[in-house]
Amino acid sequence: MASVGEVLEGKSICICAGSGGVGKTTTSAAIALGMAAQGLKVCVLTIDPAKRLADSLGLEELGNEARQVDPALFEAQGVEVKGELWAMMLDAKATFDELIARQAPDEESRDRVLNNRIYQQISSALAGSQEYMAMEKLFELHTEGDFDLLVLDTPPTRNALDFLDAPKRLTQFIEGKSLRVFMKPTGLAAKVTGRGVSVALGVFKKIVGFDLLADLAEFFNAFSGMVDGFQARAKRVNKLLADPETCFLVVCGPQGEPIDEAVYFHRKLVEAKLPFGGVVVNKVHYPADELRAEVEDLPAALADKLGDANLAKRVAANFADYQALAERDARNIDHLASELRTSCVIRVPYLDEDVHDLAGLSQIDRYLFATAEERVEMAAGRA
Amino acid sequence: MRGYSYGSRLFLPASEIARNQPIPNLLDKRLVIVTGKGGVGKTTVAVALGLRAAAEGKRTIVCEVSSQENTSRMFDHTSVGFHEVEMEENLWSISIDPDESMREYVLLQLKVRAMRDMLFRSRIFNYLAAATPGLKELVTIGKIWELAQLDRKVKQGRKYDLVIVDAPATGHGVGFLQTPRTFASIARVGPIHSQAQTLDRFITDHENTGTAIVALPEEMPVNESMMLEKELRDEVGVAVDRVYLNGLYPERFKKEEAEKLSQLVETENGAAKAAARAALSEYGRAKSQRTQLNRLKRGVEAPVKTLPFLFEPELDVEAARTLAGRLS
Repeated sequence: MASVGEVLEGKSICICAGSGGVGKTTTSAAIALGMAAQGLKVCVLTIDPAKRLADSLGLEELGNEARQVDPALFEAQGVEVKGELWAMMLDAKATFDELIARQAPDEESRDRVLNNRIYQQISSALAGSQEYMAMEKLFELHTEGDFDLLVLDTPPTRNALDFLDAPKRLTQFIEGKSLRVFMKPTGLAAKVTGRGVSVALGVFKKIVGFDLLADLAEFFNAFSGMVDGFQARAKRVNKLLADPETCFLVVCGPQGEPIDEAVYFHRKLVEAKLPFGGVVVNKVHYPADELRAEVEDLPAALADKLGDANLAKRVAANFADYQALAERDARNIDHLASELRTSCVIRVPYLDEDVHDLAGLSQIDRYLFATAEERVEMAAGRA
Repeated sequence: MRGYSYGSRLFLPASEIARNQPIPNLLDKRLVIVTGKGGVGKTTVAVALGLRAAAEGKRTIVCEVSSQENTSRMFDHTSVGFHEVEMEENLWSISIDPDESMREYVLLQLKVRAMRDMLFRSRIFNYLAAATPGLKELVTIGKIWELAQLDRKVKQGRKYDLVIVDAPATGHGVGFLQTPRTFASIARVGPIHSQAQTLDRFITDHENTGTAIVALPEEMPVNESMMLEKELRDEVGVAVDRVYLNGLYPERFKKEEAEKLSQLVETENGAAKAAARAALSEYGRAKSQRTQLNRLKRGVEAPVKTLPFLFEPELDVEAARTLAGRLS
């Protein structure tokens, strides 16, 4: 069992992936803080931080630009940080607009794209654009080279596949290969494709009731000068994701469903030949195995100590419930570790309080950055 | 009565409609959309509602739109796909795939077989269908509407009393439900314009369609639920009938007892210490959850119902059955 610090040794990018509701944003922030504490200059790219967390980092106006967390805040909350912690909130639409501005050969083409209805839909609504832009921003920051480490909190996707496929799908759409062939008003294409195409277009127009094709034609025309630039860039982004300096961490919860999704996601990462680093399992109920012998006569022992048989019974019943959850978690995590053939499964316990400030993040870091022995000890102490 | 004109119809502002309506029994509606942030237990609640309705004798179908087969898995059933499959007496399940919905829609629209075949083989048709923003969501909602019709469009379609939708997670959720209106305004003429309008009317019909928001007793999910209710009411115009606060811990210990237990943690070792710690942890959680529950009650207009945290290893169909008993 390794710690996050060991897994991220020598890495310049850490991508936290997983399904929604498993604590990805908190984990990303905690990782960034932990690495900054060790002396690195770290930037966390987040999607939608809890307001109280953003507030506690002094980042009320978190925007599409990286901002540094005031070192005075670390001191105030009793957290020692040798490096620098920066944070930014991803704005997919703004990033897409910036990208267009950069790729467009001139102002006129830029405005034609920005004002196109299809573009506006894609940049804000099309499934995948948020994922694509997260990668894009990551690439941009990495190229600028201002940070030792970038931590990316990925957008919540319906399933893991979306996240890995979205950039490809979006690029393919922008390339519009299959469509551009048909759109030449005259010439070879129209003849080759023939009647079928015009009928298909006619029917489609009849069904959707508006001339989508005109908008699309305008869109691809506007994009025509940028397609090569986009393709080249997409290739470089893909290369960066597969680079040994990049590390994917899968974040999940200990229940059956999140575990299944983590297994599935890991398989997709391996298939895509992307560098997998480890799993972080949040909200784990730690078992107290070594205490099992004593549990039998616990109600009696507690009644003795508390002088209240009824309370003792409830305390014992509550403990039994927690132990049952702990056993489930342990079973699920064993299953996860064997499916992933990894020893790098980092368990973060179910803390007594929700995490929404630096002190909370630093409490999580005790587990993320602890050695195996330290973790066992802490777990036993908490039980 | 205030109102504004939209085309030929008179629309009341959605928020106004919501406030003027009495709250009918959720399960007496024809369509119930279960929505909320990822990981809050939407599927469990959707299935619990389904079990409850089925037990009341209502022919009910639970629709999934994420292709994850969470519902069939809960019943230990093989994947159902785009088929209406019976899980239990009066309870069916379907996984609505947008491509299949599109296909079915076109089949219903085009009567000439040769034309349909040609269309499905056509690369450009598939490309356009994939490229049109919102079309997938639209045909998915179209299928939900079709399932809720007493006069089913598909051949020998079963009649349901109630359709329950396990909606996509928030973020996707509101946009998803707004698709018909967006489409109706983009496509000004043609069959899809009137169909999109029909779908929008169906979703915003407070008598027959309702939503239930699922939340967890934690800060972020509570914030998001408050925001979600506002968006659903004011932007989509759909009725919000219930907010289910899922996973509420029991209040097992009183304050004086917690103090007693704190002393035990200090003085004891071994199992007694561990058990006292666990009890204190539960006490703290239960307390902070009550704070969140009160925030939620103050922050939303719909009635809030709590669902207990289940100390069970897996949330299977039996867990959903337990919750079904606590829904009313």
